[in-house]
Amino acid sequence: MITQHFLLEFAYLLGSISFIIGLKKLSHPESARNGNLLAAAGMGIAILATIFFHQKDGHSIGNIPWIIAGMAVGTVIGWLMAMKVKMTAMPQMVSFFNGMGGACAAIISLVEYNTHGAHDPGFSWMIFLGLVIGSVSFSGSMVAYAKLDGKIKDIFTSAFTYINILLLALILGLVVWGVYGHNPLGGNIIWILLGLSLLYGILFVMPIGGADMPVVISLLNSFTGVAAAMGGFLYNNMVMLTGGILVGSAGTILTILMTKAMNRSLLNVIIGSFGGSATAKSAGSGGKNAKETTITDTAIMCGYASRVCIVPGYGLAVAQAQHACHEFEKALEEKGVEVYYAIHPVAGRMPGHMNVLLAEADVPYEKLLELEDANALMPNTDVVLVIGANDVVNPLAETDPASPIYGMPVVKVWEANRVVVIKRSLSPGYAKIDNPLFYKDKSWMLFSDAKKALNALVSEVKNI
Amino acid sequence: MQEFFHYFLENRDFVFLVILMIFLGIEVISHVPAVLHTPLMSGANAIHGVVIIGAIIIMGHSDPNNYLSLILGFVAVVLGTLNVVGGFVVTNRMLEMFKKKK
Repeated sequence: MITQHFLLEFAYLLGSISFIIGLKKLSHPESARNGNLLAAAGMGIAILATIFFHQKDGHSIGNIPWIIAGMAVGTVIGWLMAMKVKMTAMPQMVSFFNGMGGACAAIISLVEYNTHGAHDPGFSWMIFLGLVIGSVSFSGSMVAYAKLDGKIKDIFTSAFTYINILLLALILGLVVWGVYGHNPLGGNIIWILLGLSLLYGILFVMPIGGADMPVVISLLNSFTGVAAAMGGFLYNNMVMLTGGILVGSAGTILTILMTKAMNRSLLNVIIGSFGGSATAKSAGSGGKNAKETTITDTAIMCGYASRVCIVPGYGLAVAQAQHACHEFEKALEEKGVEVYYAIHPVAGRMPGHMNVLLAEADVPYEKLLELEDANALMPNTDVVLVIGANDVVNPLAETDPASPIYGMPVVKVWEANRVVVIKRSLSPGYAKIDNPLFYKDKSWMLFSDAKKALNALVSEVKNI
Repeated sequence: MQEFFHYFLENRDFVFLVILMIFLGIEVISHVPAVLHTPLMSGANAIHGVVIIGAIIIMGHSDPNNYLSLILGFVAVVLGTLNVVGGFVVTNRMLEMFKKKK
């Protein structure tokens, strides 16, 4: 009896330690993979110990066949989904799994309320908050998943902001009422809260633009962590508590780091009013026209350069052109050209997503330079190839204090000798502002789909 | 107010644990390079799958005649496992790509 209890708590201690060390290792490139495996091992130990050693009022865990069956189903589906997903679809996959965790937390609250009811206030707070946070995380993640997968489009009216504030106030009011008052809704309050929270999750994510989804997913990720911690309070369960709080706080910091890289505040992302004056001015072109160039000219320009920089962006991820990009890089290197990549922290669909995509295409890790290192090399670079990026190379971020992106760190491509921008049209990027880079004397536009252009460039370079 | 004081004192250990955990989470993450933001988020995502333990406890102590809690508990176990397994496998796949290739 005491042995079992000790083994359970000791396993939870090992689990907690593995999560902490795992997360620590995950933040360094060399040790990241081991960190993930370590955390997974800790999780396995904690789960097995729960099944074998957990006791409540002298009863061991029952219904074991059902638990094993449920875990088997979850493992097979989760494994298949995770192995089959394309690297470009990774962000929505993370969002999907996050939603599953949120739903799991919400169900735990639901069952606990239905079997034990709400007696002391502390217990009730945990049940209600676990339900609300878990449900918001679930429905919000599902919307984020559908958006990134292109299943639903952005809908934005400013009415959302007001509806959301009202809805949130209503939910919080009901929670307080449920905890402290004898609410006339009785046991139904839990179902009403469930419905309202699910609705809030949907309305919360719906108006947020596709390019901001990473921030939202990261935020919902930390929500689920908090919901898991609520479960830890309910069951006086240390590993749920430590794991949940750790992810809750680490997730929040990660979210803030992401918004910082975009020079925005979290509030700004959530309310979604990107630079209220964004449409106010589109000066910058100053009557100039952007010069167009051709595949052949670009190939010659790059082929005879000594150092070429590639700045990949959202467009490259959408066109899934990472392999073509690597081919182009190899073709240039065969000609003796030095090639490096400048990776803006928020390029692609998620911070770090571009690195994952390029790594998938076998681009060596050392060639991916972070912003500061890349900018230091810019003045000594002959040609910069901007592929499907826009706002992250916009000089207005440095020169125009009125611009909504003013102050955002950008890749200073204009300091290189020449810039070629591969883009489908002159249309503005996510921030909806004009980019004076396109009209500079040293810039040329190559209007094309990223993948087509790169494939054509590869064969042209080989012919030089 | 007395009630709150009482509550705080009764749960003092939890309060300390939570506050220290919050600082630890911040400290562990704060120097991560942007390259690893996505894998790190994915790894953290897998870790909060620890909520599965709550689902196992529910299932394990459910009255075999309480069908609602059995069914909900079963669904929770499936979803929690999806979170854990899917989360760790996806993260591993991402990180495999950072391996140096020969």
